[in-house]
Amino acid sequence: MADASSQIARTVATAPPGPFREFWSSFKENRGAVIGLVIFASFLLIAIAAPLLAPYTPNAQFRDHLLQPPVWEAGGSWQFPLGTDPLGRDMLSRLLYGARFSFLIGLVVVGIASFFGVVIGVLAGFAPRWGDTLIMRVMDIVLSFPSLLLALVLVAILGPSLINAMIAISIVLQPHFVRLTRAAVLSERGRDYVTAARVAGAGPIRIMFRTVLPNCLGPIIVQAALSFSTAVLDAAALGFLGMGAQPPTPEWGTMLAEAREFILRAWWVVTFPGLCILVTVLAINLMGDGLRDALDPKLKRS
Amino acid sequence: MSTANPSGTSPETGPTTGPILTASHLTRHYEIGGGAFKKPAVVRALNGASFTLTPGRTLAVVGESGCGKSTLARVVTMIEPPTEGELSIGGKLIGPEGASRDRDLRSMVQIVFQDPYGSLNPRQTIGATLMEPLKLNRPEVKAEEREARAREMLELVGLRPEHFERYPHMFSGGQRQRVAVARALMLDPKILVLDEPVSALDLSIQSQILNLLVDLQDRLGLAYLFISHDLSVVRHLADDVMVMYLGRPVEQGPKEDVFAHPRHPYTRSLLSATPVADPRRKRNRIKLEGELPSPLAAPPGCPFNPRCWKATAECREAFPPYEGGVHSYACYHPLDADETMEALADAP
Repeated sequence: MADASSQIARTVATAPPGPFREFWSSFKENRGAVIGLVIFASFLLIAIAAPLLAPYTPNAQFRDHLLQPPVWEAGGSWQFPLGTDPLGRDMLSRLLYGARFSFLIGLVVVGIASFFGVVIGVLAGFAPRWGDTLIMRVMDIVLSFPSLLLALVLVAILGPSLINAMIAISIVLQPHFVRLTRAAVLSERGRDYVTAARVAGAGPIRIMFRTVLPNCLGPIIVQAALSFSTAVLDAAALGFLGMGAQPPTPEWGTMLAEAREFILRAWWVVTFPGLCILVTVLAINLMGDGLRDALDPKLKRS
Repeated sequence: MSTANPSGTSPETGPTTGPILTASHLTRHYEIGGGAFKKPAVVRALNGASFTLTPGRTLAVVGESGCGKSTLARVVTMIEPPTEGELSIGGKLIGPEGASRDRDLRSMVQIVFQDPYGSLNPRQTIGATLMEPLKLNRPEVKAEEREARAREMLELVGLRPEHFERYPHMFSGGQRQRVAVARALMLDPKILVLDEPVSALDLSIQSQILNLLVDLQDRLGLAYLFISHDLSVVRHLADDVMVMYLGRPVEQGPKEDVFAHPRHPYTRSLLSATPVADPRRKRNRIKLEGELPSPLAAPPGCPFNPRCWKATAECREAFPPYEGGVHSYACYHPLDADETMEALADAP
C-alpha cells in the first residue's frame, strides 16, 4: 500500500515500523503469493534479459530443422532444446522473447486502463448526481458486452495490430477501475479529514487527487495486478484469433495460432506457448490474491 | 509561540471587546430523497439560531443527537452556506448566497472534529498535516519557516518534536486530538469550532484535552464554539450556553443562569439527566416520554410539545417568541424560580 505513494516511500526510512514493512509482513505469510511473486519476478528478468539468454534471434529460420522435437524426444538435439516450429525457428528463443511482449502488453494495458479508470472514477465519485449517473451508466454499457467480444469488435474497427489490441483491451478493462475507484472515493470523501482539508482551503482538484486518492489506492493496486493477467490472457486470445500481434512477432498467443495445424504432429509447438501463458497468468493471480489480502482484508472480490 | 500566533493581541482583544462573530437567524435546510418524479423532503437541520462569539469566551451548544449541533458547526465554519440568515465574521458578512471563502475568512474560523481517528489523513505525516493549511493559504511563507512553525505548534499542544514525521496510526486518540487542535491553530484563527472534541476520548484523556483547550484560550484569546452533549464538560468549560432541540435554540444565556435557573422545560429535563457522582444526593430526574421526533416531520409549533409535560394548545400552534434578555428562552410556559429549585438541587 505504502510503496504506491512516493511521499510515504521517501520518509519510510525514518518512520519506525513503516506501513511498507507492515504490508510485507502480512504479504509473506501467504505462501502462494510469494511463489507467484518469485515466478513473476523471474519472468520479468527473462523478459529484460531475453537477448542475452536466447540462443538465436526469434526470427532466425533453420530450414534443415523444421519441426524438430525437443531434446528429450527421439530426434531432438541440444541445438534446439525445446524444438523448432514449422518454419525452423528455435522455440526457446521465441518463448523468451515472447515474455517481452506479454510484459509490454500487461504494463501498457494496465497503465492506460488504470490511469483513465482512476481519473474517471475519482471524477464520478465527486461529480454531482447526474454526472455520476451518466458516467456509471456508460461504464455499465461497456461492461455489459462480453469483454473479448468487445475487444474483437474494437480491433476489427481499428485494424489488427498489437497496439490496437492493447488499446481495445484497455478500453474493456477500464470500467472495472472506474467502479472500484468510485466506490472507494465515495466511502472516503465523507470522512472528516477531507472536510478538514476543505476547511484548510484545499481546492477540489487537490482534494480529489492529493487528499482522497492516496487513501483509495489499496484496492486499485490489487485490481491492477489482477488486470495484468487478464491483459496477458486477452492479448494472447486476440493473437490466437489473428487480431492481435501479427506474425512473425513471437507473441505467445500468435505462436499458438500459427502452430494450430500441427497440433497432432508436433505437440511442442502449441504446448510450450500455452504453458507459458498459463504459468504467467497463474503467478500473477496468486500474487494479486496475496496483495489483496495484505492490503485490504475486508475486500473479498471486486 | 510568538511567530505561530500574534499572542500579543490577546490582552487587547480581551473578553471586554465586542463580538468577533455574530449569527442572526442562521438556518440550514437539506433536501433529501426526491427523484425525477418525487418532491424531495426538507430537513430543517438548523432553524433560526442567533448568537455571538466573543474573543476569550466559550459558547457551548448542547442538545441530544440530531438536534442540529453539527450542522451549526458546519455553517459557522463555512463548510456549508446557511439557507437563510446571516453570519458576520470579523465584520465580513456571509449570507445564503454562500461565502466567498477567501483566505482571510478561512483563517478566522477553524474546526476540531469529534473523531480523531477520522479527522487526520492516514497517508500524511503529522508534519505534512500541520503544514498543509499554511502551504495552501500563505504560499509566501517559505518551506523552512513553515516547518519551524509546525514544530512550534507541535510543542504548544504538548507533543514531542520526533512526532513530526510520524503517521496518525502511530498515535493514541488523545495525541491525535492534540494534532487536530494544532492543525486548527496553524492559521492563527480567532474562532475555534470544537465539534464534540472530547466525546470520543477516554475520561482521563478528556480532561487533558480540555485543560489544553482552556490553556490555549487564555494564551491566544480564542473564541470557542464548543459543541457537546456532555453537560459536565460544558459546566467545566463554558461561559455561555445555548440549548438546542430539533434544530432550534430553545434557551440561551450565561452558564450560571442556565444551569441554576433553567426556564425551558427541555433544559430542565436535560439537566436532570446529568449523572451525579453522589449516591446520597436526592435525584429528581425528569424522564421524557417518547422519542425525539424525526426532523423530517417536526411537530408544528414548539418542537418539544409532544414530550413536554406543560404543553397546551398554544404550544402546538406556533413556535414561541424568544423572551428574556441575556438569558433568553422560547417557551409559553417558562418554569418559575420555585419550580427550578428541584433542578437546582441536582446542580452542584
